[in-house]
Amino acid sequence: MRLSYPADVKIIQVPCTGRVDIIHLLNAIKDGADGVYVAGCLEGECHYISGNLKARKKVEYVKKTLEEIGIEPERVAMYNLSSAQGARFAEIASEMVEIVRKLGPTPVINSAA
Amino acid sequence: MIVADRKSLEEILEMVADCKKILIVGCKGCVTVCNVGGIKEVEILSSSLEIARKKAGNDIEIEMKTLERQCDNEYIEQLSETVNDYDAVVSMACGVGPQFLSEMYRDQKFFPALNTTFFGGATEHGVWEERCAGCGTCIIHKYDGLCPIARCAKSLLHGPCGGSSNSVCEISKDTECVWDLIVRKKMEQGRLEDLFIVNDFKDWRSARDGGPRRSIREELVQGNI
Repeated sequence: MRLSYPADVKIIQVPCTGRVDIIHLLNAIKDGADGVYVAGCLEGECHYISGNLKARKKVEYVKKTLEEIGIEPERVAMYNLSSAQGARFAEIASEMVEIVRKLGPTPVINSAA
Repeated sequence: MIVADRKSLEEILEMVADCKKILIVGCKGCVTVCNVGGIKEVEILSSSLEIARKKAGNDIEIEMKTLERQCDNEYIEQLSETVNDYDAVVSMACGVGPQFLSEMYRDQKFFPALNTTFFGGATEHGVWEERCAGCGTCIIHKYDGLCPIARCAKSLLHGPCGGSSNSVCEISKDTECVWDLIVRKKMEQGRLEDLFIVNDFKDWRSARDGGPRRSIREELVQGNI
């Protein structure tokens, strides 16, 4: 397909989005990511039954935490697509990058970095 | 188990506002089971506080440690070498933890990150309900294993009261009337006449009304067991 997607996106592969935990998302923000999104399988299509549904709840938790801190919750998102939707994958990457670009750089400043 | 809720980030941030380096101490006991103060929750609180402080341009250094329990001095002692390396220590145990810590380490400041709520259990994933009031004199055998002290808003020994409607207590539509449960269970078991028995006044001296309580097990104190 040779689809291109923004180079701003760094992919971390997991066996199932059920493996993604709240702490992984929080630590990404803590360490200076401008945004972080989870790309899981389509709802109802999880090979492990509910991994993607649990991931969505964890994303919601992180959104609430960021809100409490005063950071835009839109910096964290959950998307669902199938492994056959390459075009959608590229589209989501562009969409997320666009959202984050509008929000601007992260307000979490890593002075040590 | 002891059930607790985490304080808001805002409240915890306020507590550690003047600190540059803190320790967050979790507990592997009850608060781990009710998902509020174990290893995972310590990590989440630490990361959240760091994010908030970095955003405010006022970095904080946070270290984490989760003890087997914070209600036994033998575990609290494990912090002895490092406890004074921090500006303050935040405890994610029930209310017992920060007190045991404060008593052992008199030079350090300890903050509670949790609000300890009650003795209870999980009725479904993520929902905990009160079951015991720790009154010191258990009488649930008279009520077929259901506790009117902890679960009746008025702690009635003879009920239900007029506030019971369709099995629900008048205080809230989410609170079931325990007296309704007791009567139904007695009826199912054909022992409704048990409820005609007039019980003696409850001796509240064994509860908090008698002041702070202490439990001494002589055989353990003497070291025979």
